[in-house]
Amino acid sequence: MNAEKNAATISAKDAWYPPAKRDRFILKQLVSKDFKLKYRRSALGVVWSVLNPLLMMLVMAAVFGSFMRYNDPSLGNYAVYLILGNTAFQLMSDATSQGMNSIIWASSLLKKVKINRYVFPVQKVLFAVVNYGFSLIAIALVMVVERVPLTWTAILMPYALATLMVFCIGLSLLLSAAAVFFRDVIHLWSVVLTAWTYATPLFYPFKILPHWMQVAEHFNPMYIYITYIRDVVLYHTVPSVNMHIACLGFAVVALAIGYAVFHRHEHKFILYI
Amino acid sequence: MANILKRPPIPPEDAETVIDVDDVSMIFNIASEQFNSLKEYFIAAMRHELKFKEFRALNHISFKVKRGEAFGLVGTNGSGKSTMLKIIAGVLEASEGTCTVRGTIAPLIELGAGFDMELTAKENIYLNGALLGYRKEFIDEHFQDIVDFAELQNFMEMPLKNYSSGMVARIAFAIATITEPDILIVDETLSVGDFLFQQKCERRIKELVDSDDVTVLLVSHNIDQVERLCDRVCWIEKGQERMVGPTDEVCAAYKNLGK
Ligand SMILES: Nc1ncnc2c1ncn2[C@@H]1O[C@H](COP(=O)(O)OP(=O)(O)OP(=O)(O)O)[C@@H](O)[C@H]1O
Ligand SMILES: [Mg+2]
Repeated sequence: MNAEKNAATISAKDAWYPPAKRDRFILKQLVSKDFKLKYRRSALGVVWSVLNPLLMMLVMAAVFGSFMRYNDPSLGNYAVYLILGNTAFQLMSDATSQGMNSIIWASSLLKKVKINRYVFPVQKVLFAVVNYGFSLIAIALVMVVERVPLTWTAILMPYALATLMVFCIGLSLLLSAAAVFFRDVIHLWSVVLTAWTYATPLFYPFKILPHWMQVAEHFNPMYIYITYIRDVVLYHTVPSVNMHIACLGFAVVALAIGYAVFHRHEHKFILYI
Repeated sequence: MANILKRPPIPPEDAETVIDVDDVSMIFNIASEQFNSLKEYFIAAMRHELKFKEFRALNHISFKVKRGEAFGLVGTNGSGKSTMLKIIAGVLEASEGTCTVRGTIAPLIELGAGFDMELTAKENIYLNGALLGYRKEFIDEHFQDIVDFAELQNFMEMPLKNYSSGMVARIAFAIATITEPDILIVDETLSVGDFLFQQKCERRIKELVDSDDVTVLLVSHNIDQVERLCDRVCWIEKGQERMVGPTDEVCAAYKNLGK
């Protein structure tokens, strides 16, 4: 912590970060607050976070496993196929549902201190990414049990996670701004998420989709991110250049739209929260 | 508040302007019915019924404060004094007009932002400090000073929910006043802790007021105190700027209000 303790003491006149540098420390504090609140109270909190994706995978494997495997051996290991898709989708759905509410939840804070409002949606996305860390433990367990080897291609996975994170930040900025003005966006989004779950090949193979849906999937960002992750972890292949561009493209477009909408309306938030 | 506060020396004529409030208005939305749903919004939009019930909490306010000056704001309840302070502190954005501020601010307006009752006092000090824009190393270094000032040495690892409200207020005040700002903003409705701690707070505010070059902005319902401390005063009444000028003139006029 205090590596350079011998450095001159900071005078009380120089207590503040310059305005542009404050957000890092604020975000760190806010995310660590979320983390403590979620995991400190119960030792089971951590266990549960690992168990949750495992149980979900087991149930789905039991229900769909037998006939999916017959139909499509090209899926590879079905358990790993399932858990990779489910956890990545869960990351997006956690990040955006929490991010969407973040401004409303932070209303009392926004009336008390001068703070850049975007930190709240970003905080919730970062926290969802931290939670995803526990899902990685579950994924590792399944891969060990199922004897699916890990190859060097897995080092590409952070690329998908990073772009997915930016994509989620963009969505959360957009949704959090919308939710301030129209509270029913919150209900609407949970419906969208459910529909999106079924529209994405999480537990079924891409190939069983009719042709028009196969075409449409290329415009489904979650299909792209999940395919990328499965390619590098489960199938040991390096995704095409186009896949890389698509991951980045969805992230940049979502962020640009989200930020533009958020920035345009953020000064009016205080009137509605 | 403090009887011990004294008027600081009046700054020279050519001192630099640190707070420039230029024609500021603040409009709040006090519509009783808000369009909280998209459906309602579209129905209302089609009927051209989008209502935005405006309330002007501040109406074209202008004043300048120079470096080293002690400036007071007076006015009856709900006149917009706290709103003005929040605009200067940057918490609220003025609906119209501009407010320019030069220098660091310690806003003693609403303390304890971001306090979470489940977290320990120590964690809350870091969280609140971060939200106020403090450097991490600064909090590390001055952590003990904050604890000493609040006199809560043995309670740092306890969750805030087990604190009394006075103890929470002590921590909040200690964090807010650990710095030496260029501009000190005090909303006097903040009275914290028991009488001993109140005296301590007053002494701390006095220390800050007395330090070199600090600019003070004070809101108080205690007219005597404003008269003792401030060089100039602005009187805001129901959002309208009534008078700006030397303390004695403005306070005399303000005191006539009740007669
Ligand atoms: N967020 C808000 N939304 C709507 N109206 C508000 C909001 N904040 C303040 N107001 C209104 O603005 C007016 C001015 O409030 P303010 O708190 O600035 O008064 P004040 O001068 O500080 O009063 P007091 O002397 O009681 O502290 C009040 O009528 C209040 O109802
Ligand atoms: Mg007030």
